[in-house]
Amino acid sequence: MSATTTTPPRAPAAKRATDTRRTLEKGPSGWLAVPALAFFMLFAILPLLGVLFLSFTRWDGLGEIKLDGLSSWNTVLADPVTGNALLVTAKIMFFSFIVQAPISLLLGVFTAASQKYRAALAVLYFVPLLLSSAAVAIAFKALLDPNFGLGPGLGLPLLAQDWLGNSDLVLFVVVFVIAWQFVPFHTLIYQGGVRQIPASLYEAAQIDGAGRIQQFFNITLPQLKYTMITSSTLMVVGSLAYFDLVFVLTAGGPGYSTRLLPLHMYLTGFKANDMGAASALGVILVVIGLALALFLQRLGGKNRNASQLEGA
Amino acid sequence: MNSLKLRTAGMAVSAAALSISLVACGSSGPAGTGASADSATMWGLTGGDQPVFQASVDSWNKAHPDSAIKLDFFANDAYKTKVRTAVGAGQGPTLVYGWGGGVLKSYVDAGQVDDLTGFLKDNPDVQGRYLPSILESGVIDGKTYALPNNKVQPVVLYYNKEVFEKIGAEPPKTWDELMALVPKFKDAGVAPFSLGGQSKWPDLMWLEYLVDRIGGPEVFANIAANKPDAWSDPAVIEALTKIQELVDAGGFINGFSSIAADSNADQALLYTGKAAMILQGSWIYQGMKKDAADFVSSGKLGYTPFPTVEGGKGDPANVVGNPSNFWSVSSKATEEQKKTALEYVKDGMFNDENVQSLIDSGAVPVVTGIEDKLAASPDKDFLTYVYGMAKDAPDFTLSWDQALSPAQGDAMLANLDQIFLKKITPEQFASTMNATIGK
Repeated sequence: MSATTTTPPRAPAAKRATDTRRTLEKGPSGWLAVPALAFFMLFAILPLLGVLFLSFTRWDGLGEIKLDGLSSWNTVLADPVTGNALLVTAKIMFFSFIVQAPISLLLGVFTAASQKYRAALAVLYFVPLLLSSAAVAIAFKALLDPNFGLGPGLGLPLLAQDWLGNSDLVLFVVVFVIAWQFVPFHTLIYQGGVRQIPASLYEAAQIDGAGRIQQFFNITLPQLKYTMITSSTLMVVGSLAYFDLVFVLTAGGPGYSTRLLPLHMYLTGFKANDMGAASALGVILVVIGLALALFLQRLGGKNRNASQLEGA
Repeated sequence: MNSLKLRTAGMAVSAAALSISLVACGSSGPAGTGASADSATMWGLTGGDQPVFQASVDSWNKAHPDSAIKLDFFANDAYKTKVRTAVGAGQGPTLVYGWGGGVLKSYVDAGQVDDLTGFLKDNPDVQGRYLPSILESGVIDGKTYALPNNKVQPVVLYYNKEVFEKIGAEPPKTWDELMALVPKFKDAGVAPFSLGGQSKWPDLMWLEYLVDRIGGPEVFANIAANKPDAWSDPAVIEALTKIQELVDAGGFINGFSSIAADSNADQALLYTGKAAMILQGSWIYQGMKKDAADFVSSGKLGYTPFPTVEGGKGDPANVVGNPSNFWSVSSKATEEQKKTALEYVKDGMFNDENVQSLIDSGAVPVVTGIEDKLAASPDKDFLTYVYGMAKDAPDFTLSWDQALSPAQGDAMLANLDQIFLKKITPEQFASTMNATIGK
């Protein structure tokens, strides 16, 4: 009632209530989105249009920018290295998902419980999150060195493989190092998701006689549906952006074995100095990224706006 | 003006959109006395010369507080990318560090560096101090755009004398001897050759020397002159075949394609005795002198010219490598900055102090009249060897990746990497590279 006393006399309480209700229904004023939108236009849409324009030109980064029709696109699409880069990207995406998703789900469930030792372990698990990709890459490069690394150092022939120089092994090494770095992040997401699940569901299941495994599959997993979609989207779309780690670890090599699409774009633009072709690759990258993100959001189903906690 | 605006906008766009996280691991030296935002700037490379440049600029800044120079250092591969992007955006340093050749030509074509011919004419002392053949590498179309700034860098075949003594071998004089040594070292559990294959440019030294020994310097001269099908020259095919034979024989150390030369891991393999030989630039002597002082000072480091190839046309005294590194002056710098830069080049560089500190670091400065100083150095054996090698070479071929245009150089390194990995044949290499001629 104190609110009504400060209200000017010409705005009766009834009208204010309607206003509040309208705000709740329609959401806050559209003007609130302006700063974010302005930044998005300036730093995302505008450069994107610029890249689209550059993809129709020929430019070495120094001289004149020459309009050149579709020739950059022809170069890029006819180049077998582009196809290979797409394949490598798809492989890394697939294996990264297969490795990271189950591990981070299980770790997330494990660390969500409140025992002290779990909290201590959780802190250890999250350490890689604090390290920069370049530092992680340099550390692993030193550990995996076939002559001075961990294997030869400890005299363990099993660990003394040519991890980064063998075209068949290197992809899995990259997947492993990426997982080492990013599993903690997804664990954190799952941990938060699990902690949101109401305890009453588990209590009810216990009364009905459901065991641990049954509870996991029938309560935890279904309740984590939207967490999974979020985490998977980040994992899959994020794997289109792996660059720094792979660049420092292998520089795309040996040969083209770990030349991911973003790395291929960078090397084309800044090593071969072909900005036109690099821009065309950039456009391809954006299109694939958007398509994947949309597809994963669709997986949420038609009722994705419905409450997760119904019946809780 | 319009095209300039367009270019600047284009650079900004590609920098924002493409550089997800550009490797810009610059390390600033100690803040120079009196260096301000308007000071002339200089970008150098980390490694053997870093303390030499730092000392030279420090003493310059102490003596000229009003025209101080700000100096930054970058790792080799990161520098090559960064400086080009910066120069293209008009944000380059006043003094641009370079290698001459095709990359310099692309700066000249874009009008990014100043013509220094007039400066040389006004300062005959500067012109007179250089070895003439080396000054030539900074000349494009009859005009000088770059002045040598450090040391001669021929590529040398280094070997570990201790390892050689252990199996009773002599350094190879011919390619056949070299191939015969491979199984001997493998039996002794030592890799015959170390190689920084991940950096790709060390691979190139093998191709450069083999092509020169087999076909002479004309073969690459034709390639550099963009003659059609120049890459299909039989000498190129034979050189690539020989490289693949050496790979097949297990000549290169296990995991060579993941070893980066920028971290000096390749030379560490030599002085730790894990590899018997390495083909590298004379600059790694500076690195080994610092990282493995005992190995160098106790005379365990051997060096020899690249072996001859039977029936080859090239003079065995021919040399490949970098005649020197160079300073170019950015055309986008202010008049004040340019003045400082040129005064430094005239008086601060290659003065007695600078020449001596280069020699002390284990390098041969590119100036005349230093025989006495070299002979007085504790590294005199190596330094006089390198000096003689560079001075007496009938032909000194500039590293191909620097001599060619950047696009062609990059394609060549990528394809040569594939040759070392045996993913393509010499003929495939030649036809792919022929397609890049003129690009």
